[in-house]
Amino acid sequence: MLLEYFQMIDAVESLDTAKGSIVARADVPRESTVFEGHFPGSPLVPGVLLIETMAQASGFMLLARLSFEKMPFLANVTSAKMRTFVEPDEVLRVEAELEHDGSGFAATKARIFRDGKKICDSKLMFRIMPFPNDTLKNNMLDRYGEISRASAG
Amino acid sequence: MSTTFEAVAEIISDTSDIPLEEITPEKNAFTDLGIDSLDFLDIAFAIDKHFGIKIPLEQWTEELNENKADVDDYFILGKLCDRIDELIAAKDA
Repeated sequence: MLLEYFQMIDAVESLDTAKGSIVARADVPRESTVFEGHFPGSPLVPGVLLIETMAQASGFMLLARLSFEKMPFLANVTSAKMRTFVEPDEVLRVEAELEHDGSGFAATKARIFRDGKKICDSKLMFRIMPFPNDTLKNNMLDRYGEISRASAG
Repeated sequence: MSTTFEAVAEIISDTSDIPLEEITPEKNAFTDLGIDSLDFLDIAFAIDKHFGIKIPLEQWTEELNENKADVDDYFILGKLCDRIDELIAAKDA
């Protein structure tokens, strides 16, 4: 995770585009400027970044299903539960699955586990839209390549 | 068993917090009920799941953008329910 750059996913462990499911890994950094403010003396990953992590796992799964022809943008956090604190230097397992493949939108369910224990879960909805430009599309392709290769290595 | 309109009205009421009695077949979801496009995603999701269909929102939006259709054609609730019935019939055919 590079929290400052909103790079939340470090590796794709498995992906099933037909079924619409993904398992990813997110390594919480030991240090980040985010922890200087959240919170002084008691560093915790902000809950909104855990939601972002679940959204990004969902997003990469959707991007792969869409063959990177369109971009899923987070539109609705239908529900989200943060069940416990997440501290620096932890390894997280992020799972997401397609709940509904709509026309121009998609709904997912996502969860984060630490040491086999569920620590967050959410229901998310995405608008599926054309990429606004090639820069974003190429960045998504590059990023997906990086996290896919990370799992292989 | 509820009619298509009754089911759609309940979905709209639940998802958009609009009193059921204000939701009538001649109302336009956007201009009369104040539903916005994000709210309508929730509604489309619930309708898709309830009826086991896929409302072709992308196609409708494209037709609206190209002036091939009017917003009333799809989003007057009575007409929306007609479209839903067509999709259900096509699914069952």
